[in-house]
Amino acid sequence: MPRPLAPWFAAAAVLLAACGSAPATSTADPGVPQPGGTLRFAVSSDQGCVDPQQVSSNDTIFSLRQVVDSLTDQDPATGELRPWLATSWESNADASAYSFTLREGVTFSDGTPLDAAAVQANFDAVQDLGARGSLPKGYLAGYTGTTVESPTRFTVAFDRPNVQFLQGTSTHSLGILSRATVAKSDDDRCASVTGSGPFVIESYTRDESIVLAKRAGYAWGSALWQAPGEARLDRVEFRVVPESGVRVGSLASGEVDAVGNLAQQDEAPLTAVGAQLLGRANPGIPFGISFNQATPLGADAAVREAVSLAIDRAEVVATVYSSQTKPATSALASTTPGYADQSALLPFDLAKAGSVLDAAGWLPGPDGIRTRNGTPLSVELTWYSNSPANRAAVELIQQQVRKAGIDLQLREKPISESTPTQQAGDFVANWGNLTRADPDILRSQYSTAGNNYYRLPPGPLDTLLAEQAAQPDPAARAAIVAQAQQLLVQEHHTIPVVELTTVMGVAADVHGVQFDASSRIQLHDAWKAQP
Amino acid sequence: VTARYLGRRLLAAVGVLWAAFTVSFVVLYLLPGDPVATMASGGLDGEPLPPEQLDALRARYGLDQPVFVQYGQRLLAAITGDFGTSIQNGQDVRSAILEALPPTLQISAAGLVVAVLFGGTVALVATYTRVLWLRQLLMALPSLAVSLPVFWVGLVLVQVFAFGLRLFPSVGANGPAALVLPAVTLGLPTGALLAQVLAKSLTHALGEPYVTTARAKGVGRAGVHLRHALRNAALPALTVLGYIVGNLLAGSVVVETVFTRPGLGRLTVAAVGVQDIPLVQGIVVFAAAVFVLVNLAVDLIYPLLDPRVGVTT
Repeated sequence: MPRPLAPWFAAAAVLLAACGSAPATSTADPGVPQPGGTLRFAVSSDQGCVDPQQVSSNDTIFSLRQVVDSLTDQDPATGELRPWLATSWESNADASAYSFTLREGVTFSDGTPLDAAAVQANFDAVQDLGARGSLPKGYLAGYTGTTVESPTRFTVAFDRPNVQFLQGTSTHSLGILSRATVAKSDDDRCASVTGSGPFVIESYTRDESIVLAKRAGYAWGSALWQAPGEARLDRVEFRVVPESGVRVGSLASGEVDAVGNLAQQDEAPLTAVGAQLLGRANPGIPFGISFNQATPLGADAAVREAVSLAIDRAEVVATVYSSQTKPATSALASTTPGYADQSALLPFDLAKAGSVLDAAGWLPGPDGIRTRNGTPLSVELTWYSNSPANRAAVELIQQQVRKAGIDLQLREKPISESTPTQQAGDFVANWGNLTRADPDILRSQYSTAGNNYYRLPPGPLDTLLAEQAAQPDPAARAAIVAQAQQLLVQEHHTIPVVELTTVMGVAADVHGVQFDASSRIQLHDAWKAQP
Repeated sequence: VTARYLGRRLLAAVGVLWAAFTVSFVVLYLLPGDPVATMASGGLDGEPLPPEQLDALRARYGLDQPVFVQYGQRLLAAITGDFGTSIQNGQDVRSAILEALPPTLQISAAGLVVAVLFGGTVALVATYTRVLWLRQLLMALPSLAVSLPVFWVGLVLVQVFAFGLRLFPSVGANGPAALVLPAVTLGLPTGALLAQVLAKSLTHALGEPYVTTARAKGVGRAGVHLRHALRNAALPALTVLGYIVGNLLAGSVVVETVFTRPGLGRLTVAAVGVQDIPLVQGIVVFAAAVFVLVNLAVDLIYPLLDPRVGVTT
């Protein structure tokens, strides 16, 4: 799709807004929640599938998250897991088996009970999912089976320690579907599913809309929600509006009540009409640069350090990203459980970058690019157009590191090539991120026992990453994860730059839209002031 | 119309369809990456699957077979009208296309109406008027309209008529009101093309001896213009019908995106984005079939309208 005419559009929208409706200021105290009404939500794409276990795009997760309940819920403020469908759970000593106790009286919207056998059927069926099932398959890595002890008691077992599974149970990917749904083929499940969530799918029109209706009699909400009963809204219409200018205009003109994934240039026209901007950094690995250490430049610690020192993160954030975005301060984003601030190791210091390179024998050349033994310091950075801000970000970084005598060559690749490129090691440096509300994402990215796309040498980091995966005590695990982050940043195995932030625009009269721990939304508590 | 002529044209049509199938297959396979890797990467927003699981998935979609085996299997199935199922969502390719077709037909038909009205009016007035500046303005208008990006036109229309004046809805496919802006967006460039062709042939027709004869017999200027010249000038315009249908189909990709309408255009964008080989091939072959049929229809109708043209040429 062509790039939208963003600046022109923003200007036009501001103009129209100025002569259109009177701007309303969002009030600090929204008053008493009012039930009823329809929330209209514009998203940019449709993944073509309404099975929450088989979708990975935020635009689709926003709606399908409302259709299923999860065993646990994760507190976005603390990262702690709280009861939802499960009232309690415990793991065995080596974190390879988990026993859950289910809440009683939960039913799917087809009337069948949500019991231990239904959960077992769900987890068993995940193994048969196709390419769309990479997320739940990752959470259930090493799954050996679920034992049903009673209608409300069951144990999930793995062939290895799997602490990250618990966080996985809080995600949409392991949301529980009816037994009739999981008995269908994965393709058939994409057309319709039955869950137990506060909303049911009323209609789905491909590439057009997903319409949700309130589930009458819903009474088994997460411990994190304000009111445990039925959802406040009667209906939620998710409309697919691919063109970003039209999405923003729809909210500004009142045709919709909320829009997902705003870019920097979308903000001014929306604040001008009094819309609220809600933002939360995506947990997981922030956007940054990781080197392929099997290449000579990637293996050169001085080069990695100099690149890190030469990047002015504050400038990247201010120039390219939405207003609520923050610079990255660790190998994990600040919204990830177990995050430990490493900003002292991530200064912007051009002079030091120069001296580090001088010491390593990279000396300034005639054209400003440093050379060593006749080889120019030219680093190829591979990036993908999966996030709209990527181009502007890498181009700015290119200018920044040039000041330290580093020539950054940008290589854009289509998103479909990301996995093959990383598997083959066909890159020198890579610009990317990964969203996951559990620190185990570090193990899947940087452990030499895993894919090891960055060709890291084996070392103490491996031990730490393996230990955290088998440590059921949250405090002890956080301590190990903090050490791992320090090591990753200190050795510049990764150069974190910016925390990708999900920003939504919400009309002034809409309240209670909550971000969950994965920076997606929960609409159970949402409500709309009635005129 | 002879049976031999028809047979030859049908054979050519089959050739075109086969070429469309083959070229799309080759292009899709020359692209780096593959649909399984694309989908399993979760848009880079999730953990990638281990290689052995990716291989199992490739086997499931037949992507592990040698390329020529895949080509043969797909071609044989396609001959029976079976393009397989979409890798993206498991939907049958044929039903996906048939489902997306009605909204695209609707928007294309509405766009065609706008195009004929706009193009016809511009061409007629431009060749009829004696006001020099108006004539020059109208003659220049089609070149301008053809060069305006459809995308931009659509966005301007949405801003002005949907968000500004609130005369029409900005998104969706509900009701005739929602059809107006997309039809205008789609119809303007197509109408401009039509105006260029029609104005040229009208100018030519007006210089023909029969026009002088008709005028001499006392037929008024307007009468000559509409009854004599237009009838003859309309034939060349008919020959670009295939091109116009192509314009409308291509325009639907943009118009359906800007105005958030379902249809073939959106289906195409989504399929290409994730390298959904069966779906892309189904769409390509379908589009090729439409072209072949439209052009065949034009060739068969033309001699009926103009007896001077035979089909054996």
